[in-house]
Amino acid sequence: MLIAPSLIAMLGFLVYPMASVIYYSLQHYNVTKPWDNGFAGLENFRRLLFEDPIFWQSLGFSVKWVVVEVVLQFLLGLALALIVNESFIGRALSRALVFSPWAVSGVLTTAIWVLLYNPFTGMSRYLADMGLMEYGAAPLANPDTVFWAAVVAELWRGVPFFAILLLADLQSVSKDLYEAAAVDGASRMRRFVHITLPHLRDAIILSTLLRSVWEFNNVDLLYTLTGGGPAHQTTTLPLYVAQQAAQSHDFGYATALTTVAFLILTFFSIAYLRLSKFGAKS
Amino acid sequence: MRGASRWQIYVPLGLYLLFTLVPFYWMLVFAFRPAGSTAIVPWPITFEHFDTVWNGMGFAIFFQNSLLVGIASLVATTIVALAGGYALARYQFRGKGAFMVGMLCTQFIPGALMIIPLFEIFRTLSLTNSLWSLVIAETVFQLPLSLILISGFIRNIPYELEQAAWVDGCSRLRGFLAVILPLLRPALVAVGSFAFIHSWNNFLFALMFINDQEKFTVPVGLAYNLGENSVDFGALAAGGVVAALPVVIVFAFIQRYLVQGLSAGAVKG
Repeated sequence: MLIAPSLIAMLGFLVYPMASVIYYSLQHYNVTKPWDNGFAGLENFRRLLFEDPIFWQSLGFSVKWVVVEVVLQFLLGLALALIVNESFIGRALSRALVFSPWAVSGVLTTAIWVLLYNPFTGMSRYLADMGLMEYGAAPLANPDTVFWAAVVAELWRGVPFFAILLLADLQSVSKDLYEAAAVDGASRMRRFVHITLPHLRDAIILSTLLRSVWEFNNVDLLYTLTGGGPAHQTTTLPLYVAQQAAQSHDFGYATALTTVAFLILTFFSIAYLRLSKFGAKS
Repeated sequence: MRGASRWQIYVPLGLYLLFTLVPFYWMLVFAFRPAGSTAIVPWPITFEHFDTVWNGMGFAIFFQNSLLVGIASLVATTIVALAGGYALARYQFRGKGAFMVGMLCTQFIPGALMIIPLFEIFRTLSLTNSLWSLVIAETVFQLPLSLILISGFIRNIPYELEQAAWVDGCSRLRGFLAVILPLLRPALVAVGSFAFIHSWNNFLFALMFINDQEKFTVPVGLAYNLGENSVDFGALAAGGVVAALPVVIVFAFIQRYLVQGLSAGAVKG
């Protein structure tokens, strides 16, 4: 009885739609070409695997994006969590401040970084005025820099996620352990490696997994920051799906892409949890 | 890691604060300085950009819409997750294991990829172009994590506390309301604020399910400002401030509960 609302909500709006995604992926389903619609078998999948270079390009970019973002966000987030776990004057305020971008949306992040990156009014102009940089740098329009420009913007809002989660777990480490280790003469580095890291294990596995999935599915930031350009250079797989659905109206093909993305994520997640031995006591 | 020296804390923290705050400051500069000014300190302060976006570009309505969606999904998520979380924590029932696994799997469903089937469902329910479609979609996507968090939290509350209340003559519901609910405050704050912040920020669903300009939410309004022809950086920044204000305020209040709620609920499972 109590679980019924959750169950209905999830069956109706998550499970049923997911099933219909798989159903559509086996159909020719294009709103603009209704005369062609009907059962397609695996035709959509054959097309995306063998005839669509943009599928492979966007998949490659998704992987690159996830790896770079998650590794950098994790390292910075862990460092940040360790710092704000210390006791020092101004800790509460610094916590609130450094965590604040976490609450901010992708579109807002884009708005802020568009202002910063603008070649005429952005930060680079002032840096150029000070002689630190050349005039006219437009990180988002330049194919060589657009990737890192997007990475930095996403780091800005992604690092606090890790910092919050890891800090939450850091606070449950017993202080006695550290004191005992210090008495035994363990260095700070050794205490970190032998006490802190093992304790954080499950939190690290879970947060990197969740973040990988979320970054893989990141649409709002890239959609508004680069629109997937220049020349599909920053198109992730979900972004490509959205384009196929919204611009080409090819729902059958878009849902086939969807299915592939879902399978990749599921396999990745299961493999990651297995390989990392999540939940196993260390 | 006790006993780091002072500079080991303040130098990296200072650098990180700079990275965090300069972008925010930059937005404020653009929002408050007059058009055409290049000053790094916005002085004299002007509200012309806010007037432009709030009255001229319809942000007053977008703000209302976002607030409605945010509060509705906060309430819906909290109530549904509270009931479900209690059931998961306290009852044994058939299919519970499958339900838990299913919930975990939903985390791999890309929201972006659910747009097509959700659109079809909302069309059947005549909910396209209605804010309720956003409330439903947001609530459903928030549910799995909220359920895990709340049930983890309830499991950490000793069953004996509740049983003692029953012995004293409380019904199950009263026992729950009197004993469990007050102890759940950090978890509820975490779940509720997640739900609010998420739906306040959600862009994709709002972009896809809503057509009427009067029903736009703040992120969609902001994205329109980002259009290629837009050169009004003052308006863009002012819109950004409007979009940031509620979530940053909510966040400032809940930040402490958040760490508490997460450490007890989610991470420990």
